[in-house]
Amino acid sequence: MTATLETSAPAAIGEIPSFDVTIRLRRYLPESEHGEESYWEEFVVPVHGTDRVLDALHKIKWEHDGSLTFRRSCAHGVCGSDAMRINGRNRLACKTLLKDVNPDKPITVEPIKGLPVIKDLVVDMEPFFASYREIMPFLITTGNEPSGERIQSAEQRERFDDTTKCILCAACTSSCPVFWTDGQYFGPAAIVNAHRFIFDSRDEGAEQRLEILNDKEGVWRCRTTFNCTEACPRGIEVTKAIQEVKRAMITRAF
Amino acid sequence: MQTHQYDVVIVGAGGAGMRAALESSGQVRTAVISKLYPTRSHTGAAQGGMCAALANVEEDNWEWHTFDTVKGGDYLVDQDAAEVMAKEAIDAVLDLERMGLPFNRTPEGKIDQRRFGGHTRNHGEAAVRRSCYAADRTGHMILQTLYQNCVKQDVEFFNEFYVLDLIVDHDLSAGNVPDGETVNATGVVAYDLATGEIHVFQAKAIIFATGGAGKIFKTTSNAHTLTGDGMALAYRRGLPLEDMEFFQFHPTGLAGLGILLSEAARGEGGILRNGDGERFMERYAPTIKDLAPRDIVARSMANEVREGRGAGPNKDYVLLDLTHLEPAHIDAKLPDITEFARTYLGIEPYTEPIPVYPTAHYAMGGIPTNIEGEVLRNETDVVNGLYAAGEVACVSVHGSNRLGTNSLLDINVFGKRAGRAAAAYAKTAQFRDLPEDAAARTIAQLEEMRERPDGERVSDVRTDLQVTMDMNAQVFRTHESLTQAAKDIRELQARFKNVSVQDKGRMFNTDLLEALELGFLLDIAETVVVGALNRKESRGGHFREDFPDRDDANYMRHTMAYRRPLDGTEAATALAEAEQGDIAPENAFTHVSDFENYKVVLGSKPVTMTRYEPMERKY
Repeated sequence: MTATLETSAPAAIGEIPSFDVTIRLRRYLPESEHGEESYWEEFVVPVHGTDRVLDALHKIKWEHDGSLTFRRSCAHGVCGSDAMRINGRNRLACKTLLKDVNPDKPITVEPIKGLPVIKDLVVDMEPFFASYREIMPFLITTGNEPSGERIQSAEQRERFDDTTKCILCAACTSSCPVFWTDGQYFGPAAIVNAHRFIFDSRDEGAEQRLEILNDKEGVWRCRTTFNCTEACPRGIEVTKAIQEVKRAMITRAF
Repeated sequence: MQTHQYDVVIVGAGGAGMRAALESSGQVRTAVISKLYPTRSHTGAAQGGMCAALANVEEDNWEWHTFDTVKGGDYLVDQDAAEVMAKEAIDAVLDLERMGLPFNRTPEGKIDQRRFGGHTRNHGEAAVRRSCYAADRTGHMILQTLYQNCVKQDVEFFNEFYVLDLIVDHDLSAGNVPDGETVNATGVVAYDLATGEIHVFQAKAIIFATGGAGKIFKTTSNAHTLTGDGMALAYRRGLPLEDMEFFQFHPTGLAGLGILLSEAARGEGGILRNGDGERFMERYAPTIKDLAPRDIVARSMANEVREGRGAGPNKDYVLLDLTHLEPAHIDAKLPDITEFARTYLGIEPYTEPIPVYPTAHYAMGGIPTNIEGEVLRNETDVVNGLYAAGEVACVSVHGSNRLGTNSLLDINVFGKRAGRAAAAYAKTAQFRDLPEDAAARTIAQLEEMRERPDGERVSDVRTDLQVTMDMNAQVFRTHESLTQAAKDIRELQARFKNVSVQDKGRMFNTDLLEALELGFLLDIAETVVVGALNRKESRGGHFREDFPDRDDANYMRHTMAYRRPLDGTEAATALAEAEQGDIAPENAFTHVSDFENYKVVLGSKPVTMTRYEPMERKY
């Protein structure tokens, strides 16, 4: 027998007591009596000080309404499954502590915008991944492969470090007003992933990617509203990356 | 219902599955079926690195890596497999670099390497720089790079499809198929989450790459989706599971939350301290201290807490101290994990030590395979056309305790091997007819669960499972605690028959799938506990307080757990469970545990030894 059970309650809980939160959910259950109508539903759940929005959603699903539907997996901000609109801002539910989103008022939780809603907080991610695939998100090289590794200096590696952090959660793309009104726009995430290769010294496909992003639905649609940068749960400077791609388009220097 | 035909079907799209897909999809018609979008897989949560004796920063060679892996696994490692892994590690890293993986670099522009637990120079002299890494998101970069290359190669994915059955042309579950008889895997049955529709996949070769089962525990670094699906499907179909009692508890989970903080924190100079500020690992592993293998560090931490030297208001955790490191160094090498400490505990790692406690992390055991990734149905016979790779499999390269970084290595080396072997087999094999009612069992199971009018909540049963596993089958185990766990699991298996789901719909019914996943968890927990009860010794990740020493005479063998029907010979079972004390070596693996309408029968498999004689494990 071990002392594990006691330790599995976070010690930090002692400092921040349990409290009740009201979660105001945007529901969409096309198979239910509500049909194609989406609607709001509120749940009050008791939570701990270190609980995240995902914990509250689980509590609702597991103790109140099993039909509440959302994606989640890793629960600590690395898999990118649970991007949603929390109090009007795109965030990962597993990375958003309840105590940080003003739990005195109802916390609204909605699906991310601009992608078709399938059920509750689940949206169709296919259009998002289709844009990603279009920018050729893989290393393009010519000639024989080296026998060992390709050489890359620490500085060259640093050049595209920021955009390697992307977890494809779609928080950026679905926060973009241009994407909301024009679903054909590649969107920030695809451009971020293009940036990751355009500025990789080992890659030789920059010209092709820039051609693709020079499209009318490409990088020039960006209106620099910075929503994407604010939304990114990985702290990527998304707008800056887009600006760098625009500049590369003009100067052809990368 | 839809039917499909592919030469190779890969189940799971984490590192092992996608690495396999890159091998097979260029050669034969290949499909990857995954319950998640590939980039959501838990490979992406791995942090610290992938070891390979590149010798880019100091002298190293694959033989030292092999030795460390064997010793780290407390000699239960199959040494031929460890040698394959350590040798092929070098190409595995270079493959990834050529695919585009952005490794950190040395001043000369080569792949940089850092220290990691249990990896040493010249058979234990000192820690060696062997781990190739990309900051503290190496797994993320591996997952992204493999997915990017799958996009490049136009690999066909069935995303958010749950494989719920494996089809084999013999019924192995009764245990009466003679040794040596040819058995073929012929397909899988999958459930499309979006529509609720059933898809039957006929295949010449099937690769299971479904990952681990950490959710049998409450405190775990594992994703919610790591529910042991592949292991449980194989087990239900009569295949054995190997060495399931060996579960790794990672030393540095965020206290209370279980979120992983990479061993790289210690590789970069972080120190574990108890409540008195003492660097306690100096007492437990004087040579490599904080970089001892994970089982030793986890046990040492738990022991500090148990003996009253924990930190915090309840003295129930220890501290990971990075405060002596330069903030710039922390930012460059450990950006993600320090952010976890800030986000989830409000701790600033530049100036405050981080509360940590062991967290369930990795299943060393799994579906037994040989070094080609072929699945074994007993000690020696393979199932034709069935392969497994990654955490779902047990090759066994990890023995009773996996070294840090060797999981990312395992998925790349054995994912590649399984993919190649499956494609080669598929080129020579024919499709075999599936039974008319191939999906009947799956449909019946789904409909029964969906239609059960009211019953217990899935989450109540799952929570009770996780609580008993944390309390009774974690870092420290005894006959008493494990007997309690076994009793609890029997009751939970019975309660599972009465759980019901609220969501009765067809579309995206995650309520229904969570119920099925609970069934998998219970089956996996059962094998963990029965194996642990039987193994009356302490080795690697399995520590029995009532048998604190390693016992090579009786237990230098792999456990093989089989689910079999009751046949009236169970009377001796209670006796077998009560049995304590000295056991004759030939009787060490005769344990049988009864459940309501089946039993768990334990067999064993010899450990392959090549170069290394078992020695006492000191660091």
